[in-house]
Amino acid sequence: MDISKEKLEWIYTTMYRIRRFEETMLEQTLKGNSMGVAHTSDGQEAPPTGICAHLTDKDWIGSTHRGHGHCISKGLETDKMMAEVFGKATGQCGGKGGSMHISDFSKGMLGANGIVGASIPLAVGAALTAKLKGIEHESVGVSFFGDGASSQGVLHESMNLASVWKLPVIFACENNGYAEATPSWYAVSAEDIASRAEGYGMPGIVVDGMDVFAVYDAAGEAIARARAGEGPTFIEMKTYRYHGHFHADDTSKYRKPEEEEFYKKLDAIKHFERTVSKQKLMTEKKMKSIRDSIEQEMLHAVEFALNSPMPDISTLYDDVYVNYSNPIAGLR
Amino acid sequence: MTTSQANNPLGPGYDGVAGSEMRFRDIFRDTLRAEMNRDDDVFLMGEDISGGFDKDTKEPLDAWGGPFAATKGLVQEFGVERIRDAPISEAGFVGAAVGSALTGMRPVVDLMYFDFVTVAFDQLLSNAAKSRYMFGGQTKVPLTLFARSGAGTGHAAQHSESFYSMLAHIPGLKVVVPSDPYSVKGLLAAAIRDDDPVFLVNDKKLINLTGFVPDEDYVIELGKGRYMRRGTDVTLVGMSYTSVVCQKAAEQLAEIGIDAEVIDMMSLSPFDEDILIESVAKTNNVVIVDEDTPRASMSSEFAAIIADKAFDHLDAPVKRVTSPHSPVPYNSALEQAFMPQPADVVGTVKNLLGRE
Ligand SMILES: Cc1ncc(C[n+]2csc(CCOP(=O)(O)OP(=O)(O)O)c2C)c(N)n1
Ligand SMILES: [Mg+2]
Repeated sequence: MDISKEKLEWIYTTMYRIRRFEETMLEQTLKGNSMGVAHTSDGQEAPPTGICAHLTDKDWIGSTHRGHGHCISKGLETDKMMAEVFGKATGQCGGKGGSMHISDFSKGMLGANGIVGASIPLAVGAALTAKLKGIEHESVGVSFFGDGASSQGVLHESMNLASVWKLPVIFACENNGYAEATPSWYAVSAEDIASRAEGYGMPGIVVDGMDVFAVYDAAGEAIARARAGEGPTFIEMKTYRYHGHFHADDTSKYRKPEEEEFYKKLDAIKHFERTVSKQKLMTEKKMKSIRDSIEQEMLHAVEFALNSPMPDISTLYDDVYVNYSNPIAGLR
Repeated sequence: MTTSQANNPLGPGYDGVAGSEMRFRDIFRDTLRAEMNRDDDVFLMGEDISGGFDKDTKEPLDAWGGPFAATKGLVQEFGVERIRDAPISEAGFVGAAVGSALTGMRPVVDLMYFDFVTVAFDQLLSNAAKSRYMFGGQTKVPLTLFARSGAGTGHAAQHSESFYSMLAHIPGLKVVVPSDPYSVKGLLAAAIRDDDPVFLVNDKKLINLTGFVPDEDYVIELGKGRYMRRGTDVTLVGMSYTSVVCQKAAEQLAEIGIDAEVIDMMSLSPFDEDILIESVAKTNNVVIVDEDTPRASMSSEFAAIIADKAFDHLDAPVKRVTSPHSPVPYNSALEQAFMPQPADVVGTVKNLLGRE
């Protein structure tokens, strides 16, 4: 396998961090410590990890309502993410964005997004900036979106734009089989969403989204193409979300237990563990020490979020604009 | 409606009317059902309005039953053709609804959260609202849309908007804002039966509220407001959830001897100028309460009409209590500070009347 030891450790750490962040966040949300709506991405660790393994802070990603895994893969800190979910002043957006809007512009993370499909053109725009500045080799745009989002017109416009302008973009479709309760076989007219890439003049690749090595390899090629100025690629990753659409959703109303079991057998983290053990690429001791440190990190993240202060009420009026001469405050 | 029905939200005939206490969400669904039974051309489109299909049988599971379970059970009664689950393609299915309305159907579209209307805005503005006019009256667009607005539920900036003023700004489109179970029944039925495109904006905070609903079939005339409470000292103008805020404020004001009148606008386009003028002529003071942001809004529109047509009756300037000119914050304390609260209304009234 052509992956460095450090990279393998990063991949395991990242996938386990996503898994445990989501489980911890969900537990805290159900306890009432979150201030709002939260969507979990456990089960879907491989797509963002396998892709972001090739990126640096100079590359940009666009994300979705289910954005925690994208954030973590792009290097955001889990204490500030948890604090944002808790609505605290120390959160990634000062408590103003919440789970659906976590972002970190210093890390090339263009923000989780609550409007399905809305972040797709943002990644295209980031790639356009790179092209205009002549830094495609070190700054590509990756757009994460779901099977449901593939029905939005804006995806199709964005694909065409990226193709005609030959922009360094990766369209990273996380097909988890469902949009809310709606199965993709009902809402998507193609067997493989990636087949649509052909019509827009770019390669369309289908990969097993439960296999981080498959994602890593496909993404490596696509990103190398983008960095070389050869234009966009569409990667569809077939994956599965373990929990409900949002924290209070009951999946048993629309998914069969056999199906859930089937995907749990394909679990991306277990698959990684089996693979590296078989090929003697990482010891169980090493993996355990990574898991232990993540457990500590989660305890710390929750404690940090719980003990952080609330934002000051006056911040309500901050950052609506850079400059604005009228009062923002409401008429009271 | 006369002053003798002082605190009677429904006007004459309320006493002795057969009806029951119902939840907003239940009467909303019952009204959809009644309208679908009444007219075979009425059908519903939206994401997860039944929600989920069995992989083997392809039968609808009704797992979601619509956003906030608004349409739960309807797919069993009317089938998948008339309860039409849509892919996430707002521009596409709103446009298709307009096309279907232009060719003889009466589509009803559930846009889920009000914020998502912007994805379909072009179809609404350029096609739904303008077709009749620009084609010289040859056609009509009997389309109804609804969606959930409002802050207060931790949904943050992209799921909490109340910008119904943007819709009311569009010539050719009608806009209604129910504030309780009684008004949603009458307004939804009126919207579906109306031959123009009508958008019903439904504040999320109303969904679980209960109230008296008459059993009989009725519609509320589009463009009419109502008195929710009679008073003589100040007029509080509410719309959507702020009508509830105004009622709470009026109760608090009563405790300190201020007798407030509460108007619930119910319709934003067209809207009831007469009720505004009639009430201000009596109370001589007015506070308009709106969760929408204040620039170019319904509150500024009502203020302009009052200034124009009731100026001589005013003892003091028209006052507005609105959200700030900002997106909706996530943190719940900030979110509460964003929304107009009864205490804000009470404070404004006390200042206005020079009471301490
Ligand atoms: C424009 C828009 N329409 C509808 C929604 C409501 N909504 C939020 S997530 C979602 C399903 C998205 O499905 P998919 O793209 O497959 O992503 P997943 O939830 O599976 O990660 C829907 C319909 C929304 N947020 N924005
Ligand atoms: Mg999906």
